Amino acid sequence: MTQTPVRFGVVVFPGSNCDHDAYYVCRKILGQDAVFLWHKTADLRGVDVVILPGGFSYGDYLRCGAIARFSPVMKEVTRFAARGGLVLGICNGFQILVEAGLLPGVLLRNSSLRFACRYVNIRVENPFTPFTGACAKNEVLSIPIAHGDGNYFADADTVRRLEENGQIVFRYCSPEGEITPGSNPNGSLGNIAGIMNEQGNVLGMMPHPERASDAVLGHTDGLKVFTSIVEHVFSRTIPQLREEGDSVVVEQGRR
Amino acid sequence: MFRATIQITLRPSILDPQGKAVAHAVASLGVAGVKDVRMGKHVEVTFDGLSEEQARGATEEICKKLLANPVMEDFRFNVERVA
Repeated sequence: MTQTPVRFGVVVFPGSNCDHDAYYVCRKILGQDAVFLWHKTADLRGVDVVILPGGFSYGDYLRCGAIARFSPVMKEVTRFAARGGLVLGICNGFQILVEAGLLPGVLLRNSSLRFACRYVNIRVENPFTPFTGACAKNEVLSIPIAHGDGNYFADADTVRRLEENGQIVFRYCSPEGEITPGSNPNGSLGNIAGIMNEQGNVLGMMPHPERASDAVLGHTDGLKVFTSIVEHVFSRTIPQLREEGDSVVVEQGRR
Repeated sequence: MFRATIQITLRPSILDPQGKAVAHAVASLGVAGVKDVRMGKHVEVTFDGLSEEQARGATEEICKKLLANPVMEDFRFNVERVA
């Protein structure tokens, strides 16, 4: 039985600028299928995974992600997520997910007031997610950030719930994996770099895994996020049996 | 016609690094007695064909659903008749 490739849908907002990077990783590095989804479309074209890429959707007007949330495609993404579809929001995509209410909390201006653009270390807090299955617990990944508003904040009750449910997926850390104030690039509460929803199918993260996925560029730690997703989608595929003459054929089934 | 004048401010519990930076600049300016600076947004929305009450309702909805993020911001507004 051959597996049908995983189909990624990369949403394109006016101002997205990491859409092609994500598309490139899905197609050229992973060898999977990928399509662009224009922000005005209401058709997700049967994708298995939606990626909300980095960038400055709608010029970051009002608040980062605040306008993108009202685009037609986001209505469909919200429905898709409610049905259990996998959604990965990277950087501006994370900001859109919190504005859309698909993830709790908010991303404030960096405490330094500066745009931070460099490699950071993040620790995998929860390897039992569709996005981190290829990682070990407490594994340290080196992945770049590039944002001015990545300072995660939520009220104390929300943070406690996130902790209890294992929804904090990544935290900024030292190269040795220690969670220290010095390794926090933006002032995020609890060094939070990435969180998922309670159901575990929507992940938002400030670091850019798609920028650390091609060996030519020197870093491949980010690829683990994408390979985790592919493995997860394959693992939940239910094979279908079909009779053909006297034999039974195993077919790629529904996901 | 009615015009809503809206102020959106960070909630008191939210650190305002921009306001802090301005406060430092104020200190450098040599103006004494400044305890705190908080930054916010000022928005004006003009309505046509709505009563004052409807304009208030519409402003409330715009603020809650779009202009302010309740996790980090509060809003207040005035509605006035304009020519």
